[in-house]
Amino acid sequence: MISIEDVEHVARLARLALSDGEKEMFRRQLSDVLEHARAISEVDTTGVQPTSHALPLVNVFREDEVKPSLAQGEVTGNAPWATQGAFKVPRII
Amino acid sequence: MSIIHEDALQIASAIKRRELSSIEVVEAFLDRIEKVEPEVKAYINVAADTARKRAAHLDRMIADGEDAGALAGVPIAIKDVLSTRGFPTTCGSRMLEDFVPVYDATAVDRVYRAGTVMLGKANMDEFAMGSSTENSYFGPTVNPWDLDRVPGGSSGGSAAAVAAGEAPWALGSDTGGSIRQPASLCGIVGMKPTYGLVSRYGLVAFASSLDQVGPMTRNVRDCAALLGVIAGHDPLDSTSIQGEVPDYHAGLNGDVKGLKAGVVRELSSKGIEPAVKALFDQTLSKLEEAGVACEEISLPSFEYALSAYYLIAPAEASSNLARFDGVRYGFRSPEEVDDVWEMYDRSRSEGFGGEVKRRIMLGTYALSAGYYDAYYAQAQKIRTLVVRDYARAWEKFDILVSPTSPSTAFRLGEKVDDPMTMYLSDICTIPVNLAGIPALSLPCGLADGLPAGFQVMGPPLGEMKLLNVAYALEQEIGFKQRPGL
Repeated sequence: MISIEDVEHVARLARLALSDGEKEMFRRQLSDVLEHARAISEVDTTGVQPTSHALPLVNVFREDEVKPSLAQGEVTGNAPWATQGAFKVPRII
Repeated sequence: MSIIHEDALQIASAIKRRELSSIEVVEAFLDRIEKVEPEVKAYINVAADTARKRAAHLDRMIADGEDAGALAGVPIAIKDVLSTRGFPTTCGSRMLEDFVPVYDATAVDRVYRAGTVMLGKANMDEFAMGSSTENSYFGPTVNPWDLDRVPGGSSGGSAAAVAAGEAPWALGSDTGGSIRQPASLCGIVGMKPTYGLVSRYGLVAFASSLDQVGPMTRNVRDCAALLGVIAGHDPLDSTSIQGEVPDYHAGLNGDVKGLKAGVVRELSSKGIEPAVKALFDQTLSKLEEAGVACEEISLPSFEYALSAYYLIAPAEASSNLARFDGVRYGFRSPEEVDDVWEMYDRSRSEGFGGEVKRRIMLGTYALSAGYYDAYYAQAQKIRTLVVRDYARAWEKFDILVSPTSPSTAFRLGEKVDDPMTMYLSDICTIPVNLAGIPALSLPCGLADGLPAGFQVMGPPLGEMKLLNVAYALEQEIGFKQRPGL
């Protein structure tokens, strides 16, 4: 049902580098799950609104006040690579 | 008394009466952890030193006559998906192996303010994705009732710790059954509150429209007390419900006479193991003896709830887990790379385990161009039908009931290579999360030496009713067995 090309396309969107073994495994397993999930297409949902959330939420506002925040060292403390208050990454362009 | 087998509120009152000190209690649990943990493996990290220091501090406060909180000195286990300031929070993932949060989750902050002492962070399926705790990067937890079997998941470490006497109670999280199913498989009480009743601030997000923090305890009274501590509005969570929270513990009276229970046909017949079904039927009789009228109801959309869930939850997860990019926190691949894109790809591929990658792939697929309408949008419409089916049920019934899990604890390795079979073990618990309603699992007996759970579901904010039904039923059932560990 799903091809290796589909798996490669989705992996690119999800920013995952998969081995050939993983690609084949996911092709098989995702096909299984989607085959099962296809049952939902049998249901007539004409005129049914989608539910994205269990609560009837409206925008939640608060005053825009300055409050104490985390220290810079705390914010960068968990980064794999940070210097002088900045996150370091490999070449971008 | 043997401290490790007492329930949490009994420990709280013994400390209050100064028959026990907090440090004695903490030492008793740390001893127990040392003894059984090599087999059970319920914790990812045990907080022995900080627990001892905090217990000693609380004992001094109590000796000085200060108010140390309603639960002063009582230990607790916390699922490793909740942020604990200054103490590692791994989510069972290599991605967060070295992550040390800079703030406490609101639920954690509230249990601390009540005076509890954190014993450690409980094991879980990676990022709460799984039904057996076998997906933890740190290795599986086993079921204290049978060490060859799984404790359920994803809050399997929390459930096993409570069942094995390694903690009197615990916090878990539930996205599709992750509190109730392990509670069922380990013979304890577990509750998923109404969506929005407990703050999600500091809960590492899996599927934000479904995730909820809840109590895992040895009995209903403890469950009511712990829920009372963690429930209530939090300005730090924009999906938190406003309004007063009842005193669940004080409101516990077991008065259920005249209530009506609907037995959900779609969750209690097809695919339920015969031994589990037999215990469920016996429990229905006990519910009737307690004064609750039971009658079957059909909620047809539930046939499709599992499929809808396994599109919606992965879709939300694929978006939530995009934040793990090896930049601000978490794992970064040590491999030499040419550019930032390769760094992202490698860090995510090496940092995430198989199940997490599977769900990210599934969710990304369901959201991608060409498949969105057929999968994700249709699943959200099914979600509407589930909400409507429940609404229809509340017109006639006060509560709904079903088994919590279609089986008792299965063997380690039995389902781990077959995702679809594993997903089916959540069949009874999932509709509750889609509708955001509260539900509770109560131990209802043993089948071949393994516990089974009875699920009680209620309308939004119906926690008090659920707890009273469970309280009355608990007395009828009289489940007192413990694992022979």
